Amino acid sequence: MKQENTIMENQNFRPLDLKKKMRLGESVIQTLLFLAGFLSIFITVAIVYVLGKEAWLFFGNPDVTFAKFLGTTEWSPGIGKFGIWPLVTSTLTTSFIAMLVSLPFGLAAALYLSEYASPKARSALKPILEILAGIPTVVYGYFALLFMTPLLQFIFGEGVQVYNMLSAGIVMGIMILPLISSMSEDALSSVPRALREGSYAMGATKIETSLQVVLPAALSGIGAALIIGISRAVGETMIVAVAAGAGPNFTFNPFLAAETMTGHIARISGGDLSYNSIDYTSLFAIALMLFLVTLVLNLISQGIINRFRQRYE
Amino acid sequence: MNSNHNHYPEGESLRRALATRYRNASIGRVLFFSALVIAILSLVALLYNVIDGAFGYVAFEYKNDPTEFTSKPLDDLTKEELLAILKANLSSGAYTKLDNEKPMEKRSRSVLYTLLLERLIQIDTKQTWSLTDSIFRSGEIKAEVAQKYPEAKLEFRSWLTPVFLTTPMSSKAEFAGVRTAIFGSLWMVGIAILFALPIGTGAAIYLQEYANKNFLNRVIQTNINNLAGVPSIVYGMLGLAIFVRTLEPLTSGSIFGVTDANGRTILSAGLTMGILVLPLIIINAQEAIKAVPDSLRQAAFGVGATRWQAVWHHVLPNALPGILTGSILAVSRAIGETAPLIVVGASTFISLDPDGPFSKFTALPIQIYQWTTRAQPEFHSIAASAIIVLLVLLLTLNATAVLLRNRVQRRY
Repeated sequence: MKQENTIMENQNFRPLDLKKKMRLGESVIQTLLFLAGFLSIFITVAIVYVLGKEAWLFFGNPDVTFAKFLGTTEWSPGIGKFGIWPLVTSTLTTSFIAMLVSLPFGLAAALYLSEYASPKARSALKPILEILAGIPTVVYGYFALLFMTPLLQFIFGEGVQVYNMLSAGIVMGIMILPLISSMSEDALSSVPRALREGSYAMGATKIETSLQVVLPAALSGIGAALIIGISRAVGETMIVAVAAGAGPNFTFNPFLAAETMTGHIARISGGDLSYNSIDYTSLFAIALMLFLVTLVLNLISQGIINRFRQRYE
Repeated sequence: MNSNHNHYPEGESLRRALATRYRNASIGRVLFFSALVIAILSLVALLYNVIDGAFGYVAFEYKNDPTEFTSKPLDDLTKEELLAILKANLSSGAYTKLDNEKPMEKRSRSVLYTLLLERLIQIDTKQTWSLTDSIFRSGEIKAEVAQKYPEAKLEFRSWLTPVFLTTPMSSKAEFAGVRTAIFGSLWMVGIAILFALPIGTGAAIYLQEYANKNFLNRVIQTNINNLAGVPSIVYGMLGLAIFVRTLEPLTSGSIFGVTDANGRTILSAGLTMGILVLPLIIINAQEAIKAVPDSLRQAAFGVGATRWQAVWHHVLPNALPGILTGSILAVSRAIGETAPLIVVGASTFISLDPDGPFSKFTALPIQIYQWTTRAQPEFHSIAASAIIVLLVLLLTLNATAVLLRNRVQRRY
């Protein structure tokens, strides 16, 4: 009683206030953090705006018609040739070759690592794939031009040009292989163990289980890997810039030199380029196409992965 | 017997069917493994190809006879003698220029020796051989040189030397080095990380610690994942339009009084690269923050910490090794990235060290690209040497990242 009085008599005493207080510092920090997160949206908007604006200027040019853009097969904006096809065909050819290499080998490597390899073998083999994945693409370009091309010329003879799409495509496939294998391995190892045990219980061998039970169950994840791989191949620049050739060429023949969309951007923008010229704006039109294609591919792949996760988790 | 055959095999046919299936099983195992063998072989071939190019025999001729300058064999010349020869034979203008760049007396013997070869005697490379040829066909090579280039000297050369690391660019492959390129790469990566690390970590903190699950935050998360998949050359185009062109007064330094520059500077390249690695840093930092146990946050809130106090004093210190690992990976990505630099406009011939964010610049991968695409084989040799430098740099970075990661794994 006496103690209570002394507390009450104390002038400084106030009952504890449990209301949420406005803290200025906290709000400022939270706003700053939000802005940092929001910057990523701003970057995307900036990409679309910048590419869109210059591409708009390109397509707004009276000389550039839709019919010319999609209806002719020569690309040389400086002298009024606006047919996009030569750049598209070589991008398709190199990407197709790359997937032809990376999908089967990447998938097989993933199957081995996920279904066959002992933990010890896995931990020895995976770093090798990681090293392959970490090598800069310009080094792959060197490899394509100075190793793969001479090798192909040795195998196929004189028909293989010094710069050719086959060499660039194969090396691009080697570059993408680790990506395909690690994404496929994730998909394979998220297939529930019960499916495998069920299959073994029925007397299936390991390969029957792998190919007829595990692989189909992981198919959507592997599809996602394939799509991401295509997106990487389409957007890859340095290998094709070094090894595929300098100059648009309307052909599907992998032995010939032909410049891809990315290679074209790299070569033209590397030189002296005056702003507002048709050459300058045309590069942005190509880059916009690249951006949209890879964006759609990435979105599809992510959608597949999200649905796949829901199924087994 | 026949009806059995359609359903369940028995006896001899069962054994045969089983044998086939077991054979298929072991063939499958070998096939799957061979994919990995091919991956390993590719890696070995790539490394072999690079090393093969960086060493080997070179046949070269002196354009000017060394006896015009000295009577002694070149290798026996001392530093003082070299200095005297250079002073006597270089035009006084050229000598003063060299002296102004760096006083001649302070240069090492090997640098002076290189100058003598480069400026006075002048080397004319006739032919180069790969390491494999040099080892296994050395007899043939010697005979070939004696017949084709009777005047030429044959020398086994390592293109990768300490001098290669410390000399600036040159238009002659024999005297070119990667010094300016290494400095350019370091400046660029420094700017990129200064830009991307704080912002990326901030964004990761927001997404993991503050954001509730509303539409906007889901869009931000999806968007970051998509940005990570945008081709690097598109980032280059963004950098070209925004940093090089629109923000030219800032990136060329003209508003700070720097003259004689356009927007194609280290600053533009660094910022472009910063934007490129930002998604990578955010995603890695998010993983690191996710791995911090929730009990730490609950304990902090329990003793009355505000959200930021909990983040700053408890979550961040624990997530820091993971965030650093992520930034090292981002650095190694930025160091190897070439395409955006070409678009943003790295210069290819830079003989002076970059002296600030507003310098023109070149970078290691740019040099590799340039030298690889030259027709003369001696440039391929220095490209191979530059690749070795780049790969060693990347290996060191990644080894650091792996060590850091392992330390973190032990802690929880």
